Amino acid sequence: MIVSNIEFIPGKKITKHLGMVQGNTVRTKHLGRDIMAGLKNLVGGELVGYTELLTDARQEATDRMLAQAEGIGANAVVNVRFSTSSVSAGAAELFVYGTAIIVE
Amino acid sequence: MQDLLFFLLLISVGYVSGSVIERRHFASIREREAELRHILTFSAKTPPPEDCHRESAFVTGNVVISVDYFKHITATLRNLIGGRVIAYETLMDRARREAILRMKFEARAKGVTRIFNVKLETSSISKGRANQIGSVEVLAYGTGLI
Repeated sequence: MIVSNIEFIPGKKITKHLGMVQGNTVRTKHLGRDIMAGLKNLVGGELVGYTELLTDARQEATDRMLAQAEGIGANAVVNVRFSTSSVSAGAAELFVYGTAIIVE
Repeated sequence: MQDLLFFLLLISVGYVSGSVIERRHFASIREREAELRHILTFSAKTPPPEDCHRESAFVTGNVVISVDYFKHITATLRNLIGGRVIAYETLMDRARREAILRMKFEARAKGVTRIFNVKLETSSISKGRANQIGSVEVLAYGTGLI
């Protein structure tokens, strides 16, 4: 599966458009990480726990999108966009969407 | 009295550690930026036509950075009189540059030399919580050409 955030796959010809595919996940942090982040908020700097959490969550959203694309027979997804929104206090939604296509 | 002392302690701990961490972080950012200068990033949407036969790879980088307690207090005071909030300007600058660097590291691991259509997304992950010190997430992503 080829993924790209430009409108085509360089070096490949698009033979069919299959429409939009998307994947999302809502995550919240666990207490241990929250306490560590609270301490880190005092001294400043990177919150490694949150960085990992968001990386994992985004990976899962991407996997869901790719599974959906595979399900409709695509072999590439183009024009991929990420979006983040906070649903409630302490929970974030990671959303990724793109256009499923078939390339030769 | 004890509360005031505790508050002053928090502020001074925040000030000392915050400025040390920030100075180190900026030094490390400058060093890694020099190291990765050969990987070019473009906000142009598509690569030039003569490069369109190359393989592509999707690259991302993200980071969550928080301000220290001292900066949080200065920013709150700043809120009263308005104007530039330098404390948060450097926070955003660090976060964006760090996210771009991580994207470039992933690019180097995949053998990418140029990254097109670079997008930066910023989100505040502690939104909606009262008295929460600002932490911010920046995500950088783009399509790299090998």
